[in-house]
Amino acid sequence: MSSPVDQAKNAEKFLADTVHEERLDKLLWTMRMRRDAAARQVPEWEELRTLASEIKEHTLSNLSQYLIQFEARATANGMIVHWARDAHEHNQIVYEILAEQGIDALVKSKSMLTEECELRPFLERRDIRVTETDLGERIQQLDDQPPGHIVGPSIHKTTKDVAVLFSQKYGSDPNNEDAAYLAGVMRENTRPDILKARAGMTGANFVVAETGAIVVATNEGNADLSAHTPPLHICSVGIEKIIPTTESLAVFVRLLTRSATGDAITQYTSTFRGPRKGATMHVILVDNGRSTRLGMKRFWHSLKCIRCAACMNTCPVYRRSGGLSYGSTYMGPIGIIMMPTFELRKYSELPFASTLNGSCTNVCPVKIDIHEQIYAWREVMEENGQIQVVKKDAMRVAGKVLSHPALYQIATATLSTALEVLPHFAIYNRLNAWGKHRDIPEPARETFHEWYRNRRRKTDEVTRL
Amino acid sequence: MNSTRTFSRNTILDSVRANQPATQPMPTIPHFHTNKPADPMATFSESIARMAGVVVTQDVPNLDSFLRAKFPDAKVICSAIPEYGGTIKPESLNHWSEASRIDVCILRSPMGVAETGSILLSDIELQVNTIAFLAHDLVILLDPKQIVSNIHDAYENPYFKLRPYSLLMTGPSGSGDIGGIVVHPAQAAKTLTVLLSPAPDAGQRTG
Repeated sequence: MSSPVDQAKNAEKFLADTVHEERLDKLLWTMRMRRDAAARQVPEWEELRTLASEIKEHTLSNLSQYLIQFEARATANGMIVHWARDAHEHNQIVYEILAEQGIDALVKSKSMLTEECELRPFLERRDIRVTETDLGERIQQLDDQPPGHIVGPSIHKTTKDVAVLFSQKYGSDPNNEDAAYLAGVMRENTRPDILKARAGMTGANFVVAETGAIVVATNEGNADLSAHTPPLHICSVGIEKIIPTTESLAVFVRLLTRSATGDAITQYTSTFRGPRKGATMHVILVDNGRSTRLGMKRFWHSLKCIRCAACMNTCPVYRRSGGLSYGSTYMGPIGIIMMPTFELRKYSELPFASTLNGSCTNVCPVKIDIHEQIYAWREVMEENGQIQVVKKDAMRVAGKVLSHPALYQIATATLSTALEVLPHFAIYNRLNAWGKHRDIPEPARETFHEWYRNRRRKTDEVTRL
Repeated sequence: MNSTRTFSRNTILDSVRANQPATQPMPTIPHFHTNKPADPMATFSESIARMAGVVVTQDVPNLDSFLRAKFPDAKVICSAIPEYGGTIKPESLNHWSEASRIDVCILRSPMGVAETGSILLSDIELQVNTIAFLAHDLVILLDPKQIVSNIHDAYENPYFKLRPYSLLMTGPSGSGDIGGIVVHPAQAAKTLTVLLSPAPDAGQRTG
C-alpha cells in the first residue's frame, strides 16, 4: 500500500527557492487575470458556463448511449475503436498496435491521460522510443520529471532552467535564455523525429458522438504534426471526454482557451473524423476508474472537467507550491478531487492542500463545485481514518466557515485582491498543516472569519484608491 | 485481441450503465446573435492580430509579385489554389513528410470567424494535410463575405460533419511553455498572412 503523498512536505523544496515560487505565483496570477479579461469580453460568458455544465451533465447521465453512438460513427468513418478498462490495458493496446508493425519510435503530443496511464515508461521498457512533441512536455521528459501543470507542463521552470537543460541535452548555448531561441532549439531537434516517425499519438480534448470525431486543441501545431505526418495515428481518450454534437462543441471551444490562457481560441483546433487515404487511425476509449467515479454521488461532477487549468491558476496553494508537490498526475484543485478516486490512501492528504476559498469553483468553465468537493473529500478521509489530528483542526475551521452561508458567500466572492494575497494568512496559519514549515504570522488563533473581517478592511482601502 | 476487445467494451459499458446518474436534459444552445459584430471583417482582423496573424486588406493584383516581395528567399512555393501555379502543387508530394521542404504555402479558406480570427481549412483545401504545418510560411486567401460572426456559426459549416479533417487555424504556431513567454513559431508554421480577397465566382471557376 502506498504511503500518502505529503504535499506540504513536497512543497518545502519549491518554497525554499524564492525565485521559482514568486515567479510561478506571479505568472499564474497573470493568467488568471487574462482569463477574467477574456471572460468579460463575452457578454454571454455565464450563460455559456451554464450550458457547458448542463451539456456535460446530460452527456454523463447518458454516457453509455453516447459511447455506443461514437463507436458506431467512428467505425463507419474508418477509425478502429478500442476499449481499455484500465491503464495497463490501454498501454498494452498501444504497444500491440506498434509491435504489430515493428515500430520502435513514436512521436506524441501532450496527453494527460497517457501520463495517468504511465504509457511512456511502459513503452520504453519495451524498447519503443517516445518523443514528446509539446514543448513543455518535452522539457519535462528531458528533465525526467512529470508535468507540473496540465496546460503548461514546465511552467514552474525559468528560462534559465530550460537554457541549462537544453545545453546539457542538445548542446545549445547555456547562457542564451531567450525563449524564442530555446523554442528554436527544440524545433530543430524534434522536427527530424517527426519527419521520420512511422506512428504518431495524440490525446483529445473532446469526442463528438454525433459525427464520430475527435477534437484536439494545441498552440504549437504538434498534435497535427504527430497525427498527420506518419501513416499511423493513435488517439487515447478518457470516456468522459464525449459530447453529443458539433453544435455543443462550439460552447466548449468558446470556453476552453479563454479559461486556460485568456486567448479566444488555440492556434489549432482540429477535428479528425477518420484516417486519410492510405493511413490508419486508432482511438482508444479509456475507463481507468471513470465509470466507478460516475457512480459516486458526491464526486461524479468532477468528470465534467475539460482540463483548462483555470482552477490551478487561481489556487493560492498551487501557485505557491508548484504542481510537482502534489505527487500526482492531476494537480491543483481539480487534482485534489480526482486523485483520491484512483487511490484513496495515497492521495488522502491532498484535500488539505486548499484554503477552501472557492475561487476554483468561481472560475471553472463547466461549473464543477470544486471547493465543496474538496471539503467532502476531507470528510471521506475522516470517515476512513485517513486523517491526521492536526488536519482535523483545519477541517473544523473550514466547517465553521462552510456552515455559515452568509459568511461563506462573502468569503468566496470574487475578490481578486483578497485572493491574490490570501495565501499569506490562509495557508500559513497554524491551523493549516500545509503551511506549518512556513512563517507563522501571528501567535493568536485568528479564525478565518476574523482574518477575513480584518483583511476586508484593508482590501477595501486598497481597492478604493 | 477481438475477444478481449469485446469483453473490455462490455465491461466498461456495463459499469457505465450501472453507475450513470439519472438522465438530465440536453439544453437548447443559442447562437448568441444578439452580440454579433457590427463589422465582421474588422473584428476578424483584430482577433487574428492578437494571435500574431497578419491581415492584408488592400487589393493584391499580382499574387506572384506579392509573394516574391514578402518572401524574397523562398525557393519552394506550394500553391493549393487553382489560379496560381507556385513552384509545386500539393499533389506532387510523394510523402506527407516532404511538405517540410516548402518555404511558402498558399491556400484559400472557405470561411473565417470574426470572434476568434480563425480560418477554416480541411482536407479538400489542403490535399496534403501536413502542408499547413510543415511549411514555414502560410498565406491564406479569404473572401471577406465568408466571415461568420462566431464559433457557433462556424461549427454549422458542413465540413465538421462531412470531412475526415477540418481545422480552425488561428495565427502561426506559438508556445508559452518556456518561462511563460509567448513565442512564435513553436513546432509548425512561422507566419500566417491572410489576404482578404473575393473568391472567384462559380461561373469563372467552372468556365
